[in-house]
Amino acid sequence: MSLPALADRAIVLGARAADWRGAIRLAGDALVDSGCTTAEYTEAMIRMVDDHGPYIVIAPGLALAHARPGPEVRCDGLSVVTLAEPVEFGHAHNDPVRVVIGLAGVAAGGHLEAVAQLANAFNDAAAIPALAAATTRDAVRTILAGGGIA
Amino acid sequence: MKIVTICGAGIGSSGILKVNAERVLQRLGLTATVVAADLASVDRVAADAQVILTSGEFVGAIGPTRADVIVIDNYFDSDELSAKLEAAIG
Repeated sequence: MSLPALADRAIVLGARAADWRGAIRLAGDALVDSGCTTAEYTEAMIRMVDDHGPYIVIAPGLALAHARPGPEVRCDGLSVVTLAEPVEFGHAHNDPVRVVIGLAGVAAGGHLEAVAQLANAFNDAAAIPALAAATTRDAVRTILAGGGIA
Repeated sequence: MKIVTICGAGIGSSGILKVNAERVLQRLGLTATVVAADLASVDRVAADAQVILTSGEFVGAIGPTRADVIVIDNYFDSDELSAKLEAAIG
């Protein structure tokens, strides 16, 4: 699975969430809207944090919401949500969250190529603040493609 | 040398950590096999590992292990990964 082209419906800019559950739900809804998952996957992503804590906040300002592959995943997919107001996930180092990425994969092994591309984009320390500040979907696509700051 | 990255599902964040750990190891000139796994399989996958990379949330749940458990705060910070990996195995 390479990084899927981000459909317009998979990108939500300047959204508002009352709490971390709401923030994950926005990323899950974007995956559902783009046809990749069912609503059950969104609940599974929330359950991961209920079960294991806010470890999905893997870098300052960034949450990588995901759950296991399963019948609630119809295709490999990615969604990007930027928050108008940062949201606390309860992470010891990386709060507050400004950007939530939703990740869904049909098969466990297939994730890795997409994940490697995500890693490429985010190894640029400016990528998360740039995503948080993005005002167009094309700017988001450019940043995630590793194309620097649009 | 075997390094295992651990997260809840074994696919997303542990995958990111695997990719970045491999890059840092290459830069440091260290050779190791890096495997991403979920918490449920840590006993099996990490039985012969020297190092476990994970988030602070999983340290308690990983349980008794002979491996060095290293907590990574920022998965994209190659300086942090580099310093912690080099301290453990360099």
